[in-house]
Amino acid sequence: MFIRSLRNAALSAAVLALAGCDGGVLDPKGQVGVDEKSLIIISTVLMLLVVIPVIVMTLYFAWKYREGREHEIYAPKWAHSTKIEATVWLIPVVIVVILGVITWRSTHSLDPYKPLEHERDPLTVEVVSLNWKWLFIYPEQGIAAVNELVIPTNVPVNFKITSESTMNSFFIPQLGSQIYSMAGMETKLHLIANEPGTFEGFSANYSGAGFSGMHFETKAVDEAVFERWASDMKQGHPTLDSTRYADLAKPSEDHPVEYFSAVSDGLFHQIMFKYMQHYNTWNKAPVHQEMEHGATGMHPTMHHGKAEE
Amino acid sequence: MNLLGNLSWEAIPYHEPIIMGTLAVVGIAGILIAIAITRAKQWDTLWFDWITSVDHKRLGVMYILLALIMLIRGFSDAIMMRTQLAMATNGAAGYLPPEHYDQIFTAHGVIMIMFMAMPFMIGLMNIVLPLQIGARDVAFPFMNNLSFWLSAGGAVLINISLGLGEFAKTGWLAYPPLSELSFSPGVGVDYYIWALQISGVGTLLTGVNFLVTVFKMRAPGMKLMDMPIFTWTCTWANVLIVASFPILTAVLGLLTLDRYLDFHFFTNDLGGNAMMYINLFWAWGHPEVYILMLPAFGIFSEVISTFTGKRLFGYTSMVWASGAISILGFIVWLHHFFTMGSSANVNAFFGIMTMIIAVPTGVKLFNWLFTMYRGRLRMTVPVLWTLGFMVTFTIGGMTGVLLAVPGADYVLHNSLFLIAHFHNTIIGGAVFGYLAGFAFWFSKAMGFHLNERIGKASFWCWQIGFYMAFMPLYVLGFLGMTRRLNHTDNPDWNIWLYIACAGAFVILVGIVLQFVQLYLAFRNREQNRDLTGDPWNGHTLEWSTASPPQFYNFAVLPQVDDIDAFTDMKEKGTAYQRPAKYAPIHMPKNTAAGILIASAATAFGFAAVWHITWLAVASLVAAVVFLLQRAYVSNVDYYVQPDEIARIEYAHLRHVNPAPAHHQATPAKRRKKAAEESIEEVSA
Repeated sequence: MFIRSLRNAALSAAVLALAGCDGGVLDPKGQVGVDEKSLIIISTVLMLLVVIPVIVMTLYFAWKYREGREHEIYAPKWAHSTKIEATVWLIPVVIVVILGVITWRSTHSLDPYKPLEHERDPLTVEVVSLNWKWLFIYPEQGIAAVNELVIPTNVPVNFKITSESTMNSFFIPQLGSQIYSMAGMETKLHLIANEPGTFEGFSANYSGAGFSGMHFETKAVDEAVFERWASDMKQGHPTLDSTRYADLAKPSEDHPVEYFSAVSDGLFHQIMFKYMQHYNTWNKAPVHQEMEHGATGMHPTMHHGKAEE
Repeated sequence: MNLLGNLSWEAIPYHEPIIMGTLAVVGIAGILIAIAITRAKQWDTLWFDWITSVDHKRLGVMYILLALIMLIRGFSDAIMMRTQLAMATNGAAGYLPPEHYDQIFTAHGVIMIMFMAMPFMIGLMNIVLPLQIGARDVAFPFMNNLSFWLSAGGAVLINISLGLGEFAKTGWLAYPPLSELSFSPGVGVDYYIWALQISGVGTLLTGVNFLVTVFKMRAPGMKLMDMPIFTWTCTWANVLIVASFPILTAVLGLLTLDRYLDFHFFTNDLGGNAMMYINLFWAWGHPEVYILMLPAFGIFSEVISTFTGKRLFGYTSMVWASGAISILGFIVWLHHFFTMGSSANVNAFFGIMTMIIAVPTGVKLFNWLFTMYRGRLRMTVPVLWTLGFMVTFTIGGMTGVLLAVPGADYVLHNSLFLIAHFHNTIIGGAVFGYLAGFAFWFSKAMGFHLNERIGKASFWCWQIGFYMAFMPLYVLGFLGMTRRLNHTDNPDWNIWLYIACAGAFVILVGIVLQFVQLYLAFRNREQNRDLTGDPWNGHTLEWSTASPPQFYNFAVLPQVDDIDAFTDMKEKGTAYQRPAKYAPIHMPKNTAAGILIASAATAFGFAAVWHITWLAVASLVAAVVFLLQRAYVSNVDYYVQPDEIARIEYAHLRHVNPAPAHHQATPAKRRKKAAEESIEEVSA
């Protein structure tokens, strides 16, 4: 009894706290996050259909059939009932079948690699995790920022993600899904902000000493504001070339926000291919083949369904 | 050549008051224990009766002792983390800098899984399984001793890292590239590798040993589908051990090659791929979860059916549900990294496979419910743990299925929701199970009872503390707090971090009470003797022996006709028979080979950590020599003579209601025996 009241108290406290709070997974500000929140709620409700009866029955049976209640039936040899056994296998099977269908569909519709269906063309942002900060390159605008991500609202954002060194996970809870960043590979993520606001983003995969300080603010602003910001950025900040990138790549903790008015061409690609430079010499193949492979899109990045399957 | 390899005075963390304080306490405690043993003149007992013992029951006790010691270490780590996070809010730094904190959470994970939960599980299995199947020992008693000392060797190595050098700062998974030499140049990851390798070999040998035991040494008449349910769940766990631990050995071997010989399996450069490590690690890591869980499920089944005084409902379902869990446990590993960029088809497949595990698990829960149905449930300590488990684990199972939905995992992965989930299943499932088993079989192993009142108080502290410590983590996960943060700066999180910290202290009280209970039980052991060996009116064969059981377990191998073999005997009146004459019993001799080989292996691990070439070579040679020496010893067994067996058996049978035996002694003979017994009593 005590356990149950404790649990109820904990649950209601949780619900209260979550309903009133800002930020986090249950306060989504983008379509992906909204869909994931409803998926969480639907799945939980579905499972509670079994979980609550099990908990109630546990406590009820334990109380009803406790020692000293001689008026209750005692059946020490009763150990099998085809009806009950069929039922106890069937109930979880039914729930899991329903949940399985939901899972199959939602996994495809929420696939982080799948571009969002939207009337607007997406904005591309290249994301690099470094020890211990985030670099955001806007290839279309030719600008970059460290530890600050500015995106327009109601425009799908196409993130291309890699890592300079250790593995991290790129995550903005209020917008939705996260995805790992890994060196020498490109992972993809598609998100959208439905309304303006500032959302916390961070690494969700431990990457060493400075990991706790590896967060950034995501500023979702109206498209006009974004355009103005992007054009303002074109002046007054240094250029991110390979020398400056090498400086940036040195480990640093709680790195301040930095802006770059220009980015040298193909920097993201260079970062990703840094570890692949000797790939072909190592394979004893002529170097020029690498260029051809790169050009035809057969490079060993994490393109969906190629490297994996 | 440097005689000490990379080892130097700088390896000792003088500047860390917490560590130096801990070392001082451990040192003083060690000295005090040594003095106590010397004064009690118990070194001989310790060496001849325990350290070199090949008796599965004594090895089981030592495994559990190891688990309890490592529980203190692992829990100290836990409470340090929780206090750090409660203090380091609103941008404060707390008292543990990342340098230290990152080692603590790594050590906490490794210790709790590998050196607390595993030895606890294997200890219970050691004590109970051979007794349950009516065997006199395991199939390979010496190997059993070696397994224990290899596990202990791994634990020793991980504890040495506290005072010499550092432990890994990678998280307990040691994902590359972070765990590669380029990002973890220190000795921490090397300690991690060798501690896991050495103890992993021990675990693998245990798995082999107990599988052979179960297949070859069951009592006459006991078919596989007559085995007690705990034996069955252990058997499935052993199948998993044998199938999965080689993967761990291999993946750590590859990481070792990367770190020691400049290979590039998992490095960023030269074609290495960290994803391969992550896949292989979890191909072991996920089955490992079920290795911990399945025996706990078996314990709950035994406890429920014993204390309701009923047969277990749906025995066949239970056996096959465990089998289904074992097999499915091998095809779900990818759910640990849905966020690594696999295609929707792959993620959906692994998500659905994971959910399917909920079906056999759910069946088990229902079967426990229907075992209680129309029973007479005695509210003993093991029952409280079981009821606590059934409620708590159901919640943990639900959050687990939620995490198995890739779309939900994309936002919950690596968050404190995940931390809450797996503590919910491992504490609320495995640990509650082991503590239920501990209370259930304690008197069997030790011969005296635990203190029921303190046992119940301990349960309530654990139960309440658990909810206080981990329910807030579910909330924090939803609020977007990720794992392994050293400090936070979000006012919305603070209250939950405080509650979680308070919860950890309530659990601390629960742990202290467990030790108080042990102390009181030991102090008052004379008043609390378990004379009959069957204090709970048990169903299975372990309860037919004395407490503690005769070292040969069974004077006469029992004939088994039923799943609840001992209940069946009691009902037929064939329990506690006195045969007219006992036959000599073939028994293994104790040996020092186990501890010698394991010590050499541990020395090798230490040498490898510090690159001490001569010691590595010497210890490796020593291990091989000890092994060969043992292989050529032919004097490894002896026979217990009928006189001694009779003496031991009568001392036990005196306290139980003798069955109307087939070999009924004549009144004259009985009088003679009674006289003999009273003489022995005087001389004893």
